[in-house]
Amino acid sequence: MTQPVRADGPDTDGSGRGAGGEFDPGRAAAEATAAILESTLHGTARGVVVDSPPGAGKSTLVVRAARELAAAGESLMIVAQTNAQVDDLADRLATAEPELPVGRLHGSESLPDKALDRHPALVKDTSVANLRSCKVVIATAAKWAYVKDTEPWRHAIVDEAYQMRSDALLQVAGLFERALFVGDPGQLDPFSVVGAEQWAGLSYDPSASAVVTLLAHNPGLPQHRLPVSWRLPASAAPLVSRAFYPYTPFRSGTGHGDRRLVFGVPGDGDGPDRVLDEAAASGWGLLELPARHTPRTDPEAVRAVATVVRRLLDRGGLTYAAPDPDPAPLTADRIAVGTAHRDQAAAVRAALADLGVAGVTVDTANRLQGREFDVTVVLHPLSGRPDATAFHLETGRLCVLASRHRHACIVVCRAGVAELLDEHPSSEPVQLGVTVKFPDGWEANHAVLAHLAEHRVAWRA
Amino acid sequence: MSLMNTLARAEAVAAGRAVPAATVRHRHLAERPLVLVPLTTAGEAGAPLGAMVGTDRDAPVLLVVPQPLDRELRFGFFAGLAAAVLPLMAAYEDDVEVEPATRNREESEVCADAPQIVVPNSAALEYVRLLGRSTRFLRTVEDPDAPHPVPVPVPLLGRWLTHYGERARTPGSALLVAMTELLTRHWATGQSSMEDQHLGALLGWIDPPPGLDGAVAAERAQTDRAPDGLLLSPPAGPATDPLFDNRVLAPAMARYDAARTDGADAAEVAAAEADVRRLVGSQLRPTWDDVWHGLDLLRALPEGARVADRWKRDRWSFTGHRDRLRAGEPPQPKRDGAVAAAQKLAGRETAQARVSAQEALDDPLTMAVRRLAGEAFAGEVTGVEMTYSEGRRPMPRPLLTVRTPDLPQAEPGTKAYRAVPGAKSAQSAEIVSVAPEVRSDGTPYDGGPAAHLVVVRLTGGMGSGRVPKEGSVPEAGARVDFTLFEHDPRGGPGLPEPEQTPWTHGGPPDAGVPPGTPPPADAPDPVTAEDYL
Repeated sequence: MTQPVRADGPDTDGSGRGAGGEFDPGRAAAEATAAILESTLHGTARGVVVDSPPGAGKSTLVVRAARELAAAGESLMIVAQTNAQVDDLADRLATAEPELPVGRLHGSESLPDKALDRHPALVKDTSVANLRSCKVVIATAAKWAYVKDTEPWRHAIVDEAYQMRSDALLQVAGLFERALFVGDPGQLDPFSVVGAEQWAGLSYDPSASAVVTLLAHNPGLPQHRLPVSWRLPASAAPLVSRAFYPYTPFRSGTGHGDRRLVFGVPGDGDGPDRVLDEAAASGWGLLELPARHTPRTDPEAVRAVATVVRRLLDRGGLTYAAPDPDPAPLTADRIAVGTAHRDQAAAVRAALADLGVAGVTVDTANRLQGREFDVTVVLHPLSGRPDATAFHLETGRLCVLASRHRHACIVVCRAGVAELLDEHPSSEPVQLGVTVKFPDGWEANHAVLAHLAEHRVAWRA
Repeated sequence: MSLMNTLARAEAVAAGRAVPAATVRHRHLAERPLVLVPLTTAGEAGAPLGAMVGTDRDAPVLLVVPQPLDRELRFGFFAGLAAAVLPLMAAYEDDVEVEPATRNREESEVCADAPQIVVPNSAALEYVRLLGRSTRFLRTVEDPDAPHPVPVPVPLLGRWLTHYGERARTPGSALLVAMTELLTRHWATGQSSMEDQHLGALLGWIDPPPGLDGAVAAERAQTDRAPDGLLLSPPAGPATDPLFDNRVLAPAMARYDAARTDGADAAEVAAAEADVRRLVGSQLRPTWDDVWHGLDLLRALPEGARVADRWKRDRWSFTGHRDRLRAGEPPQPKRDGAVAAAQKLAGRETAQARVSAQEALDDPLTMAVRRLAGEAFAGEVTGVEMTYSEGRRPMPRPLLTVRTPDLPQAEPGTKAYRAVPGAKSAQSAEIVSVAPEVRSDGTPYDGGPAAHLVVVRLTGGMGSGRVPKEGSVPEAGARVDFTLFEHDPRGGPGLPEPEQTPWTHGGPPDAGVPPGTPPPADAPDPVTAEDYL
């Protein structure tokens, strides 16, 4: 996880205090958005950086900024990181403003989502030359990197900029004059499959995040942040904010009691049912299995995860979200299982199939980034491990897993992780010139564990 | 560490000796490699103590610095190393092949072979980089203003060592290799990867002396001492055994210093120097022999089919550096620029993907690791259904059902690749579905399925006609191997020229500075209160 480098630029007040002094999330978010649009449309800086905590309306902001820039007559390019993100943004943009000519630039091997076909003003092409007439052109960073010898765009929006690598920005930065960089500093840092230590500490370390490089070279850029998470419930925002964003706190957009999860079928008193009841009541649940060193695809833990999901569906969950008085049924598509490794995800999928569960999203933290569900079930990255490596301690991994839910998050874990952490204090070499990251994964893991301990349910009563 | 590697280590413990981790040799080995075993002075960064170097295992060149704090003696060491290394480089520079022109490249020449340097372990490899860094900018006796000039070839040595050190960061390269890395790639021992860094212990596991098992041989290499207290198998360097430093080396150096300051006769100085040489040589020789022992073991393995392809890239690298030297370019900069760093990283990522794919294709044992990880699958074709693509010119898109004991971790639509004998590139395909095998009545097997049925759609490699090329579609009953990774990964798009470095990365370097101006020296760190603690 990358902590934002605090620059000297103006910062949004974002206090969002109404006349009476009480916190008004809607107002705070509106103030922040207005300040961001002001910087983007009328500012003099070449770049504007927006830090957004999980579920703070980042995509909404990108769509809004794109529409306002287009309305002001500017030509605009949008850079996102994956094809799914690009398709999603294009869809939102075309839905919000059906007449806006949007160009979706794509590779010949990766065709855009069929869902985009319903937008008549949206043009898809593999060549940027055929899209120059579009007000907005949108593509992945990887695709933009192949665009050469073209007149630069006046404006760009770079989405998920903290997940973009510095070298990817180097490839595309020549295509625009100024840009709005939007992203979540708390999610997973970009990585490289080969060592990049020799460049650690250089301002343009190619394996670092694009925002880190940008701010190192342009320290005066205005930085804003979105102060309200609309996704995370009141039960989750304080923990996520404290554990992962200690210096840039945010609030939940909803109050206690605004979101409720109830089950139509009472629990049978077993571990999985009791942890569901605990999570429904408090927003968090920790299902603790006996301490044991296991292979990554710990069969007992995998079965426990699958059982929790099965019970979640069997017990007829209903979710209430104020102000809507009517509940929505908790269906499989509103549930996700998060793991650290791909083989764990595969094992959980197989276990779910054995229990006859279909339609639940099961994926690794990397691939759950940016997604949102009602309830998440997480296989703790350190469960059953004999060691705590930098990979498993990475702050962003835990942050992603603990911040995908609107109602409740249930963590399945073997006992003994706190002791494991104490046996493995962070011992990464200190690199000169590298901004020290706060909090480190060790600290964040302890913070989350301490909170989860209050919602602990043993596997067997 | 992969699950297979964990299993192999467990097997090694049970067997009492290392087990193979590869069925072929995955790195090029030169016929006459240059072996270099460096030692450094304890407590003095960048002050070499000595080295054993050469291409003849029976006649190593021994270089020793009798007093490492003496700059002149250190420079003498660098000159000696240059005399051992540079003639070898020169010998390969002029033997060239002509590489015919391709679509993207003009006809060019590439050196027919390149010198290979083998060091004992990764710490020694890092030390080669340090030697390169500390010598490539030195000013020579040709420079009248140099306060401490070095013999003429030393900076050139530094540039070659720097080039070799940088190239060694490219996955799969073999210009400069560490013996411990070569051995751990090809054998799994019953000790931890940390312990595998000890060359003597590693060899103890792989090829224990008669009558010993691996664990005992490794322990003996690590800890056994002669009656004089010295290790029988001294550390492979560059760090020395502290006991040797304190008890043996320090007194010998003191005698050498005393002989020099006393103004004693030359014979006495020579005798003291010979004494230090003998002692340093005694620490180097066992490691020298170990490196050659390792080379023998590796030579017994047949070379992988795609190793020559990677060695050719190493030859390109060697040729490129030769050309830069001949063009009179300045030494490699202290730090890479933004574009150069991004270029290197991209090149290494491609090289990593390439070597991973090539090693798996060359070696069933390595492929097994990928299969176990769900990145490849092998099995028998149980059905072929001919379908065609939509469009004006329907193309064959046969659907193969493959029964495999593996479990590929792939969503529908994932690309898959199959090596076709005789074809230049892999046949492309995409995964349609992965499902557990069920009984003929449709019910699942008890205790989980023994196999999975994978349906793949072939999408290429069948010629351009409506009927697939003969032999391009496997028939029912055929054994097939599919990978979910590309066989010949290509690099991504190019980067901007350094002069086009964008504003996000600091703009063009040295904008406004006239060409040829030396880079400004780094400002010293500001003094803080903590400096006086």
